[in-house]
Amino acid sequence: MRYLKSFGAFWYDFIIGDDWHVAALVAAGLGLTALLTHLAHVNAWWLLPLVAFAALAWSLHRATKHRATDFRE
Amino acid sequence: MNALPLILTVFVACVVEAVEALTIVLATGITREWKSTFQGMAAALVALAVITAAVGPAIGHLPLTPLRLVVGALLAIFGLQWLRKAVLRATGYKALHDEASAYLREVTAAREAAVERRRGVSDWYSFTLAFKGVLLEGLEVVFIVITFGDNQKNIGGAVIGAAAAIIVVTVAGIAVKAPLTKVPENWMKFAVGVMLTSFGVFWGAEGAGVTWPGNDAALLVLVPVVALAAAANIFWLRYRKVAAAPAKESEVAAR
Repeated sequence: MRYLKSFGAFWYDFIIGDDWHVAALVAAGLGLTALLTHLAHVNAWWLLPLVAFAALAWSLHRATKHRATDFRE
Repeated sequence: MNALPLILTVFVACVVEAVEALTIVLATGITREWKSTFQGMAAALVALAVITAAVGPAIGHLPLTPLRLVVGALLAIFGLQWLRKAVLRATGYKALHDEASAYLREVTAAREAAVERRRGVSDWYSFTLAFKGVLLEGLEVVFIVITFGDNQKNIGGAVIGAAAAIIVVTVAGIAVKAPLTKVPENWMKFAVGVMLTSFGVFWGAEGAGVTWPGNDAALLVLVPVVALAAAANIFWLRYRKVAAAPAKESEVAAR
């Protein structure tokens, strides 16, 4: 059981990393791109780069906002 | 597609992995025993060759569109995580990963471990340390070569990039006989993050069904755009930090 847990933790850390929001946003972006392309017939090549930039900025904001507040205090 | 961007991307990504493996090998060899260290390294290289021979051809037979979707998603996630760490380090929110301190940690641990002879290897600790280090970093190199090479249908180009990286790092390592502390690691990781994110976004979107304007040439625009967007985050966080500092100083002065 402990082996399974550490095995799962290794893969979670390897794939998801420090912030699961990034992975979730990339997956959502890919899903939305596929929907727009196949169902609405929109060539949404621009969507995934925008999602990636937003995911990075959002993740950095979350990682630093408390420390910015601490700095003020 | 021109093979140069592929070769350069694989080269930079593999340099990072090779430096990490070299740090472990040098720390073990210098402080313990070179013979067992080389035996561990050789065993890891044989294991890598067997794994690559078993897994490599299977990946080549997978259908390209789902492969691009999955690999693109993974690369984009990896790349964004690398960029996240590189930006946090560049702005002082996270400590710089220092190969020199990593080397010192390995050296201290190696010196403290007892010498034990096992299975014909005179120093089992040196053997296992070199084996694990080379195998883990080597697997990452194999993953990079197979995914990049297979997606671009140019395994040869990816192998050239990886081989060049390993040769350059090995020669540099022999020349300095110390970890490559001069390598500006954070900026190299920033560059790798940019490349992984760009290729991940490109392949992921293609796997989801889009057609990029200009096809493969879109990468030549995507890479600098991703780099600029990531660099903009560095300026943003630095500005926010500087803006927070006078507020703190004025509060202290008012007390």
